[in-house]
Amino acid sequence: MTTLEDKTKPAPTRAKAKRKGELPTAIGFIALGLALLVLAPAVLSDFRLALLGRFVCYAIVAVGIGLAWGRGGMLTLGQGVFFGLGAYVMAMHLKLADAGADGVPDFMKLYGSGEVPGWWEPFRSPIFTIVAIVLVPALVAFGLGAAIFRRRVRGAYFAILSQALAAAFAILLVGQQATIGGTNGLNGFKSFFGFNLYDPVNKRMLFYITSATLLLMVLVVWQLYRSRYGELLIAVRDQEERVRFLGYDPANIKIVAYVVAAAMAGIAGALFVPIVGIISPASVGVVPSIAFLIGVAIGGRSTLFGPVVGAIAVAWAQTSLSESFPSFWTYFQGAMFVLVVAFLPRGFAGVGALLNRRKEKTA
Amino acid sequence: MNGDYLELTDVRVTFDGFVAVDSVSMTVLQGDLRFLIGPNGAGKTTLVDAITGLVTASGSATFGATQLLNQKVHKIARLGVGRTFQTASVFEELTVLQNLDIAAGAGRGPLTLLRRRSSVPEEVEEALEITGLGDLRDKQAGVLAHGQKQWLEIGMLLVQNARVLLLDEPVAGMSAHERDETGQLLRRIGAERTVVVVEHDMDFMRSFATSVTVLHAGRVLSEGTVAEVQADPRVQEVYLGRAATTGEVRS
Repeated sequence: MTTLEDKTKPAPTRAKAKRKGELPTAIGFIALGLALLVLAPAVLSDFRLALLGRFVCYAIVAVGIGLAWGRGGMLTLGQGVFFGLGAYVMAMHLKLADAGADGVPDFMKLYGSGEVPGWWEPFRSPIFTIVAIVLVPALVAFGLGAAIFRRRVRGAYFAILSQALAAAFAILLVGQQATIGGTNGLNGFKSFFGFNLYDPVNKRMLFYITSATLLLMVLVVWQLYRSRYGELLIAVRDQEERVRFLGYDPANIKIVAYVVAAAMAGIAGALFVPIVGIISPASVGVVPSIAFLIGVAIGGRSTLFGPVVGAIAVAWAQTSLSESFPSFWTYFQGAMFVLVVAFLPRGFAGVGALLNRRKEKTA
Repeated sequence: MNGDYLELTDVRVTFDGFVAVDSVSMTVLQGDLRFLIGPNGAGKTTLVDAITGLVTASGSATFGATQLLNQKVHKIARLGVGRTFQTASVFEELTVLQNLDIAAGAGRGPLTLLRRRSSVPEEVEEALEITGLGDLRDKQAGVLAHGQKQWLEIGMLLVQNARVLLLDEPVAGMSAHERDETGQLLRRIGAERTVVVVEHDMDFMRSFATSVTVLHAGRVLSEGTVAEVQADPRVQEVYLGRAATTGEVRS
C-alpha cells in the first residue's frame, strides 16, 4: 500500500524524468533544423538543393502519415488525394497569376473554351489560395473521416478504401482536360506570389520556406504526441472498443488525426508545385500514395523523426540509384519494404529501442 | 444519491432467433455486491453486454431514472455505467498512470486534450492508492501481472466515476491470494456503488457475495443470499451441485 510519504516523493523526480525524455527530441529537432537550413544549402548545388526540396515535401506528407498511421493505426494508402488537392489549388493560383489580371491560362486557350470557369475565379486571390490549401484537404478529410470512422470501417478495409479513393481521384483528374489539364496536369509556372521562379535566389528561398514548414509540422506533431490527445490516440489504436467503454467516441479521436494528416499532405502538395514546376495525375494516384508510405514504414512510423528521415532517405536513394541503375530501383524498393515489414516492424527507429531493451535484459 | 439502483425489467436478447437472455428482471441496490452465476451459456455476459450497449435488447434497464438499453456504448459509459472484460484489456503501451488518466478524461474539452498533463488528477491519485498500484504508476501496463491488470481495470472504472460496476470474471486466472485481495478491493469500493460480478469461482462467491442471482438458459433461476441460493434444490440440480464439487477440488 502506498503511504502518504510515497505519494509526495515521486512527484519531482517524475517531472525531471519527463524533461529528460524531451532532451533527445530537442537535440534531434535542432540537428534536423541545422542540417536542412545551414548544412544542405552550404554544400549542395542548386540542382541538388531543389531535389532535396522535393524530398522535404514528401517528408511533410510523411509526418502526417506518422500521426495517422503510426500513432492512430489508420493505414492511409491514399494521401495522394490530399497532396493533390493542395497541389492543384496552388497550381491553379500560379496559372492565374501568370496569366495576369483577368487573363486566361495558356492551356485553356488550347484545350478549353478559352474562358476561365467560374470555380477557378476565387483562386486569383493569394489569400484565398493559401487558406484553401489547408482547408480544402482538411474539409474533404473531415467528410470522409466522419463517414468512414463512424461506420467503424477500419484495418485493411480502411486501407483499401483510401487507396481506391486515390485511384478514383487520379482518374477524375485525367478526365478534366479542359479545366485542369487532364493527363498533362498543370505546369510551366513562371512566378510564385510575385517572385520569378527562374531566379536561383528565389529557388533557394523556396527551399528555406519548405524546410521551415517541415520543422513547423514536426513541432505540431510533437505537441500532439506529448499531449493527452496523443496518449488517447495510442489507446484508440490499440483498443478502440475499450476506449468506447470509457465514454469516448473513438471516431472523433481518429478524425482529428486524419484531418491533421490531410492538411499536412495538402501543404506539402502546395509547396511541391513551385519546386518541381508541374503537378499531374501521375503525382497523386495510387503509386505515389504508396511511395509516401514506404519512407514512413522504413524510418519508423510511430516515432517523431522516423517518418521524416525515412521519407528523405528513401527518396534520395531512389534518385541516386535510378541515376546509376535505371531499372533496378523498383526491386530495391520492394525488397527494402519487405525486409522492414518482416524484421523491423517499427522501422529503423525501432533498432535503437530494440538494443536498449536487450541491454536492460542483460543488465 | 442513495436512491439510485440498477433495475432490469423483462430484458430479452435474441440472436437470429436464439434467445440468449429471456425476460430477465432484477434489482441491484447500492452497496450490494451482487454475484451473477450460472453454467456456461446461461447468458451472463450477454446480459452485461446488453446493459452496456454492446448488443441490442428489448425490455428495460434503468439506473436512477435513465433508460440504458439500446443507447450508444460511449453514452452509457458517460451515464455512469462501467464494465470490465473477461480478458483484461488495458492499454498495454501506456503507463498505469496514463491508463487511469485516459479513463478520467471522457469529459475533457479539446484545449485540455491538446495540452500535456501538468499534474496528476486527484481521482487518479485516489485510484492508485485504493488499488495499491501507486508504486507501479510509471510502469507500462503491458508488463503488469495478470492480477494487477484486473486491478488497473477496476481502478479505471473508479476514475471513470462509474456508479454501476459490471465486472466480468474479475478473478479468473488469479492466485488465491490475488482473489482475496480483489474481494477486499470490491468490498472497499462497493459501499458507495452498485456492483455486479459475473463469476464462475464458487469459493470467491461464497466469501464475498452479499446477494446472488443464478441464471440458467437465459432465465433467472433463483435469487437471494448465498445461503438461500445454495439451499434451492433447482440451483443444486443445474449448477451448484456440480460446481460445488469442482469448487472444492479447485481450492
